Amino acid sequence: MNRKERRVVVFAAAAALVLGVAPCADAMHIMEGALPASSCIVWGVICLPFLAAGFFSIKKTLNHNRSSITLLAMAGAFVFVISSLKIPSVTGSCSHMTGTGLGAILFGPAAVSILGAIVLLFQAILLAHGGLTTIGANIFSMAIAGPFVSYGIFVLCNKMKVNRKVSVFLAATLGDLFTYCITAFQLAFAHHADTTLGHALGEFLVIFAPTQLPLSIVEGILTVLIIAALESYAKPELRAIGYLKEGQ
Amino acid sequence: MKKSTVFILLIAVILIALVPLFALPQAEFGGSDDAGNNVISEVDSGFEPIASPLIENILGRELPGEIESLFFCIQTGIGVGIIAFFMGRFYERRKSEKTEKENE
Repeated sequence: MNRKERRVVVFAAAAALVLGVAPCADAMHIMEGALPASSCIVWGVICLPFLAAGFFSIKKTLNHNRSSITLLAMAGAFVFVISSLKIPSVTGSCSHMTGTGLGAILFGPAAVSILGAIVLLFQAILLAHGGLTTIGANIFSMAIAGPFVSYGIFVLCNKMKVNRKVSVFLAATLGDLFTYCITAFQLAFAHHADTTLGHALGEFLVIFAPTQLPLSIVEGILTVLIIAALESYAKPELRAIGYLKEGQ
Repeated sequence: MKKSTVFILLIAVILIALVPLFALPQAEFGGSDDAGNNVISEVDSGFEPIASPLIENILGRELPGEIESLFFCIQTGIGVGIIAFFMGRFYERRKSEKTEKENE
């Protein structure tokens, strides 16, 4: 490993360790043992190509410009902070946000899948949150599906010439919400023995979606604020990763 | 972004986060994963969890609540630390660039 690669590993490991020690009672991760073995394997295999793409994406970004490491670290740190804040919601239960939208907007969705995967792995081992058997399903919902939706919405809004702050807000908010919808789908897909798939999906969505809606709006606002701060003070780095065009 | 906009957005965040706490005096504000487990037993009553968490197997009990909140503070603190450190560096860099230009 050269110096750059070592730095990536250190940053990723630091991010993972920190997020990994958060024993939060969250809705986002499917608990240990809560999915049958077949589902666990299927979701795990689906994740592999995304993780490989993520590894190469991070490597390419850092080869292109070493100073991007600061923004990568900040995107990771944003996930720690955001996902450590358990917030009461209108439904009377607590949940927390994902924080993956910022990384997806800045570095693309594949890069976030690696950060999220390491985080979820440590969390499952150290904290009894999520689980080793459900790690594939959890990586898919939080570190792949959510970020991809965030990135897609951001690119689409850019094409349609939507105001950039509004694009960031929509991307982060809908990505967060989509993560929880995927979690509901994964649970319903594995557990509908006593009822239909549609009914089970409805049941799980009713728990997750209303709780998460206000929180995803909070995530959207916070992501806009940090992007605004970066646009003011970190223009060279944002140009280097292609978020701002040359001359902006 | 204007300072007033930032201020209004921060107020909005605080309101969204805190209003439910005061508006719902009866609510327990537990985690929603317990609710998830209840639904599993409702729609798939024959299902038994296929594994239990590693750390609980090692400790032989659940992680104590106070230790949980300790881990939480450490997580938030380190995250904020990294963001604040780099943001501070960016801020100072722009400031010194400005003064250099003025001195030329």
